[in-house]
Amino acid sequence: MNLREIQRLLDAEVLTGEEYLDREVKTCFACDLMSDVLSCVDDKTLLLTGLTNPQTIRTAEMIDIAAIVFVRNKNPDQKTVDLAKENELVILRTKHIMYTSSGILYENGLASANIVHK
Amino acid sequence: MKDIRLEYEVIKDDFIKAGEASSKIKKVLKRLGVDPSVIRRVAIATYEAEMNIVIHSEGGNIEVVVDPERIQVIAKDQGPGIEDVHLAMREGYSTAPHRVRELGFGAGMGLPNIKRCSDEFSIESIVGSFTEVKIIIYQISKQSAQ
Repeated sequence: MNLREIQRLLDAEVLTGEEYLDREVKTCFACDLMSDVLSCVDDKTLLLTGLTNPQTIRTAEMIDIAAIVFVRNKNPDQKTVDLAKENELVILRTKHIMYTSSGILYENGLASANIVHK
Repeated sequence: MKDIRLEYEVIKDDFIKAGEASSKIKKVLKRLGVDPSVIRRVAIATYEAEMNIVIHSEGGNIEVVVDPERIQVIAKDQGPGIEDVHLAMREGYSTAPHRVRELGFGAGMGLPNIKRCSDEFSIESIVGSFTEVKIIIYQISKQSAQ
C-alpha cells in the first residue's frame, strides 16, 4: 500500500514529505513506546503514534521507518517536522484515534509489523 | 581497510540533541557500505545507549570502532553508576523519571534492547564513578540469529 492510499484512508493531512507519497509500506506498528518501536524488524513500516516529539523521528530514523502518522490530530513542534524533513521522512496527521486508525488500515489489508521475539 | 574510529560526546539531559550521535554513526556506517541489517542493530544499540547517557548519567561519550570483521561500541558515562546491574538488565525495570516516560522512553527496555542487538555484550558499573557498556556486532558470519 502506498502512502497516498494511507493518506486517503485516514483522511490525513501531510505535514512533511509530500514528494514521497508514492513510497510503499508493507507493515504497520502502532505504539507510543519508543523502546518497543525499536524492536520492530521490518523495513517499509508505517508508525502510528501519539508521540510528537523529536525522539519519535530519531527512533524512526534508526530503524528506517518509512512514514509516521500522528493520531488524534496531534500537532508536532517545528523542530520535529524539521528533523523529519532532514531525514526524508513522511509525516501524516489524522483526526482518528490510534484504535480507529489501526482498524482502518488493518481492514484494508496493511499487515502488522514483525517484532523481535526473545 | 584501516580501522575507523568515531567518538561523540553525549550531554546529560539534552533531549533536543539526544539521538544525534547515533544518527551520525548510522550515516557513517551507511557510507562505508556496511550491511543494512548490521547497521540497524548498531543504530538501535547506540541509540538506546545514547538515551541512557542523556537520561541517567552526568554525561559521557560513545566510541565506535569499525574494522572489516566487527563493529565495537563503547558507551561510557561519568556516573552516578548503577547500584544493581542485574536488576537494571531486567526488562521492565526502570528508574527513569516521568518526564522521560513522556518522551516514549524509560520503560526499562534500554539495556535489554542493547543486549539483544549485540553478539557480545558487557556492562561494568561502579557507583559514584561510571557505567560502561561495551558491545560487539560482527559484520560477517558470526552474526547471531535475530
